[in-house]
Amino acid sequence: MQAKKVAAGLSAVSALAITVASMQVSAVAQTRTVSIDGSSTVFPVMEAIAEEFQKSKKNQVRVTVGISGTGGGFKKFCRGETDISNGSRPILTAEIEDCKKTGVNFFELPLAFDALTVAVSPKNTALECISIADLKKIWEPAAQGKVMRWSDVNPSWPNRPLKLYGAGADSGTFDYFTEAVVGKAKSSRGDYTASEDDNVLVQGIENDVNSLGYIPFAYYAPHAAKMKALAVDWGKGQGCVKPSLENVLAGTYNPLSRPLFFYASQKASAKPEVKEFVEFALKNAVPLIKEVKYLPLPDRAYPLSLARFQKGVLGTVFGGVPEVGVSIDDLMKRESKH
Amino acid sequence: MSEQALPMRPDAVETMAQSAVDHGVRRRRRREFVFMLCGLAAITFALLMLSLLLLDLAWHGLPRLSWDFFWNFPSRRASQAGILSAWVGSLLVILVTAFFAVILGVSSGLYLEEYAPKNWLTNLIEINVNNLAGVPSIVYGLLALGLFVYGLGTGRSILTAGLTLALLILPIIIVATREAVRAVPQTLREAAFGIGATRWQVTRDHVLPAALPGVLTGVIIGISRALGETAPLITIGALTFIAFLPAPPITSQFPFISFEWLFDGFTVLPIQAFNWISRPGSDFHANAAAAGLVLLAITLLMNGVAIWLRYRLRKKLQW
Repeated sequence: MQAKKVAAGLSAVSALAITVASMQVSAVAQTRTVSIDGSSTVFPVMEAIAEEFQKSKKNQVRVTVGISGTGGGFKKFCRGETDISNGSRPILTAEIEDCKKTGVNFFELPLAFDALTVAVSPKNTALECISIADLKKIWEPAAQGKVMRWSDVNPSWPNRPLKLYGAGADSGTFDYFTEAVVGKAKSSRGDYTASEDDNVLVQGIENDVNSLGYIPFAYYAPHAAKMKALAVDWGKGQGCVKPSLENVLAGTYNPLSRPLFFYASQKASAKPEVKEFVEFALKNAVPLIKEVKYLPLPDRAYPLSLARFQKGVLGTVFGGVPEVGVSIDDLMKRESKH
Repeated sequence: MSEQALPMRPDAVETMAQSAVDHGVRRRRRREFVFMLCGLAAITFALLMLSLLLLDLAWHGLPRLSWDFFWNFPSRRASQAGILSAWVGSLLVILVTAFFAVILGVSSGLYLEEYAPKNWLTNLIEINVNNLAGVPSIVYGLLALGLFVYGLGTGRSILTAGLTLALLILPIIIVATREAVRAVPQTLREAAFGIGATRWQVTRDHVLPAALPGVLTGVIIGISRALGETAPLITIGALTFIAFLPAPPITSQFPFISFEWLFDGFTVLPIQAFNWISRPGSDFHANAAAAGLVLLAITLLMNGVAIWLRYRLRKKLQW
């Protein structure tokens, strides 16, 4: 009996192997699929768009969204494996080179805004506003082991321990914050509570009277009652600006607001389902973005992107280098120039 | 007098010795008691923590468990989001994993224990298998990305995921199989050889059936581990939002069985739970807890089946 089982198992293996081999050819998708991957920060927005798009197409078109991260997403995108890639930052030079090698041309489409929010415990009444210079004093690598108390930063602040919470080194948030505050991407002190999971940071900031941390706005907004977001002063004459929808839209919350993008491959956009998806995304983004509590771009930004997409304007407006403090007006000016 | 005193002496010595022995015994008993208390404290602590975790999970997750939760696709609205694509994905991936891991693992274990000559090559393989059991799962993900996705072109599919997890649990199954086979009494083999059975007959008719309960335990431990893996699957490109099911395995046209589902994209329960727990706000946290409960229930169910099977098989064994 055992022998029969084993024999049956063996024949099943070979049968499967043969089927697998023969299926390889015929497995090329008959159903139309839009495949999307990339940043997990952009994921909630893309998920909402994908859900609505599938509904509007009565499930005749399939949309899949992955979360490989901005960098991981671009790797797949440049290999031509995905149709659309989400990014919490613009595409970088090295990634552009990769795409060039495989002949993947892309449309750069700004989707939403994020405001990195510097938050403290609501019990901390010593400050309402912090300057970028002070943030730099706190977060630069030289501060490690030296700036340990609030009073070390500013003598008028309380003589209490300073407990820091920030993004882990693999996150796009970390790259952007260090670039904007310290002046060099990935350059940060190491003695703070770091996590890739923003919810961990939220809990840390809420429960610690001496805390200071930075998180994406979408993670701050639902907890606004339990945390205090500090206004940020860039020191360029705008004074203290609070992170809020209005200020981000007005382009004054600088340099900590950053655009979120999605990139569509030119080749994939020749397929009607991908083209329709991109158009759907740009036409219906605002209410969906608001629903998942992210910050949309100003209404006028979307038709501009749509026009660029339909005209076939390729490439990035960022030149492949990390950049901070690009306001929406800047972004749109650059886009319309192309 | 002196004669009277004399016999008392050994008595006294004896009682002294006795009391020394008693003292020693008492001391050792006390030590044993202390050790027992430590052990009891350790296990109580562990169980308490576990039950706290489970209670917390149940507290958050139970209200979310409903018929719809099982039959809905993921959604941006927490109250409408479900785990249909996730549990179907988990089930199919595990099916592929079990298929390959059991066949490869059990036969490798049998070969190494019953057939392989004891030489340096066998030793090398042994050491490697034991080492592989301790390799972090993400490494298997990277290996699979290079080997299956880019090398063999199996794509970011259920087949790739199943093969990856099969690789991951292969060492566990091999080691368990070998232990189980080694525990089969040598006399059983000798008796069979004695009446002229070939090695294959001995292995097939006697060793494998006798070792089956142990093998089964290893298989279940391996599969339970595979069920909870996230990292290697994200590496090979498992999806997070997928609102359709893989192709059905049974079709209306000849040959009625389709393997197309092997090449479809997928997500699994732990990825879905991970995605929900890491989202902003707390609406989705209940969903994550509920998905965790489902995953836990599946694992418990599988372990239950394994224990029952093992019990049945053991009862049949007689030698």
